[in-house]
Amino acid sequence: MVASIQSQTGKKQSQTARLTPLARLAVVALLAGAAILGANVQAQMRIDVSGVGATQYPIAIANFSADSAVPVEVVNIIRNDLARSGAFKIIDPQTQLADTATPNWADLRGKSADAVLAGSIAKLADGRYDVRFKLSDVVRQSNLTAESIVSSSADLRFAAHKIADTVFEKLTGDKGIFATRIAFVTKAGKNFRLNIADWDGENVQSPLVSNEPIVSPSWSPDGSRLAYVSFETKKPVVYVHVLASAQRIVAANFKGSNSAPGWSPDGKTLAVTLTRDGLSQLYLVDADGSGNPRKITSSSGIDTEPVYSADGRNIYFTSDRGGSPQIYRVPAQGGDAVRITFNAPYNVSPRVSPDGKYLAYVSRRDNKYFVAMKELAGGSEQLISDGGREESPSFAPNGRWIMYATQTTGKDTLMAVSVDGRVKQRLTSGLGDIREPTWGPLTK
Amino acid sequence: MNKSLATLLAAGTLALLAACASTVDLDESANKGAPIENRGTAGSSGSSGSSATGVDPNSASSRNTPTVVVDTTKDGLNDPNSPLAKRSIYFDYDSFVIREDFRVVVDAHAKYLNANKTRKIVIQGNTDERGGREYNLALGQKRAEAVRKALATLGVTEVQVEAVSFGEEKPKATGSDEASYGENRRADIVYQ
Repeated sequence: MVASIQSQTGKKQSQTARLTPLARLAVVALLAGAAILGANVQAQMRIDVSGVGATQYPIAIANFSADSAVPVEVVNIIRNDLARSGAFKIIDPQTQLADTATPNWADLRGKSADAVLAGSIAKLADGRYDVRFKLSDVVRQSNLTAESIVSSSADLRFAAHKIADTVFEKLTGDKGIFATRIAFVTKAGKNFRLNIADWDGENVQSPLVSNEPIVSPSWSPDGSRLAYVSFETKKPVVYVHVLASAQRIVAANFKGSNSAPGWSPDGKTLAVTLTRDGLSQLYLVDADGSGNPRKITSSSGIDTEPVYSADGRNIYFTSDRGGSPQIYRVPAQGGDAVRITFNAPYNVSPRVSPDGKYLAYVSRRDNKYFVAMKELAGGSEQLISDGGREESPSFAPNGRWIMYATQTTGKDTLMAVSVDGRVKQRLTSGLGDIREPTWGPLTK
Repeated sequence: MNKSLATLLAAGTLALLAACASTVDLDESANKGAPIENRGTAGSSGSSGSSATGVDPNSASSRNTPTVVVDTTKDGLNDPNSPLAKRSIYFDYDSFVIREDFRVVVDAHAKYLNANKTRKIVIQGNTDERGGREYNLALGQKRAEAVRKALATLGVTEVQVEAVSFGEEKPKATGSDEASYGENRRADIVYQ
């Protein structure tokens, strides 16, 4: 366990090393800013959380002991991650507790903590940090896990998120998403940016800056590439952008419009919308830009927004073949389409949950756009957002959250809502209007 | 004497135009199409040069030199009073049918494109901002496609036309009101 975490941290480092000098400078600047001003600085984004989960697990998170100054407030990041999830009640025992020390069980019980996280941070001779942590069950007075992550100072934030992931998984049974990244588009005047950030809005980087619109970013299943639609040649063209090298592959640039890329689970194929034969229809293209497109739908109307099912066998998409936009399903290699949504005259932007059981989409009711969710095995439909200008829902890779774009006070913002609708987070950005969110995969 | 002066002037004008085209960023219609197309449709291209190569310049007939007139204002595309000056076709809410009042615009462009087979256009479809971005992209395409089909019905060849969509991404009017929405439910004809 310890070894695997160490190797992951190492991988992240090599990614950082491949950044362009400018991007590296930006990372350094962000870190410097954080170091000087402390954890209150949300470099470019701001998160407001409202609501709590149905049940909250009470956990005490002590201050870690440290043998020297640490440039990142590791414990605060862990506390913020777990608090924002809505699944934990964070108790600050107001003490320092090293992973090697025996917790004061009676005191923790008195503070109603069911678990306690303790730890230590030691600076190694090579300048890296050894972050050790121990999660204990307060009721049984037993060890749940004790691990170590060795991290460069640049990756300490990532290390803190990984610790929060471990705590989340040990106590809830679900994978944590705190070390994941999100992608989104910002617009300020005619300046469009494709951005990636940590799930909490920190570490913002911009793989693409353009004076023409960018829409529909979509993570490759391994998180190494983003497919998106750029209008830089005065028409929509689908690109695949390799994040580490900034290489851009033209995946679909045919006569007419090219849009709506959706990755196959193996990362080799993109389902896209092309208009080369008339109105928008679905095709499969190779993600490396080779080969010819294979047409998989033939309707007299619009077919668009293809997304693969979790098992890769089917494709969900939006079509107006029945007169109004609704969500349909078709076998991934083409075939007969089955209608999935019925309850409103406008249902678009389907997204399948990571476990394949649920479908999220945007549904219009009385001229308001909601995020709706329904169980694919014939379940009822639920509206899980407040209703406004909702767009582009995206599941967290553990299926417990949906992020979407909306507007508050005339400005594009992002919201993340727990799938039970109880906890909401609003993300705003100093980069301007923020839209087109898409949640990246779990970091292994 | 007068005629050769006119030829000289005409040649000089052409040279000047050519020089302009290669160095100055003219507006798109003047730059790419107008002079060449006028000569092509008049069927007189290259006549000013032929006297120097094929015919004895000292014979009497060779002195009777025809004149090439270049006048870009005669290209209907540059005439502000021509229906060709209209490049936008507006649509009703939730509609993808070309309105009667825009038939004359579509007809004029069809006529021009049929007479000028080397000219090419892109039709850019647009929508208002309401609804999903990708679905709006498809709806904008539906508007561009309606114009493309109308032109094809009138004989315009496939190679001359590309229909694309900007969806809601490049709004002409940025307000969130009915007037702005109406302005953005539009297909634009852009000459290449």
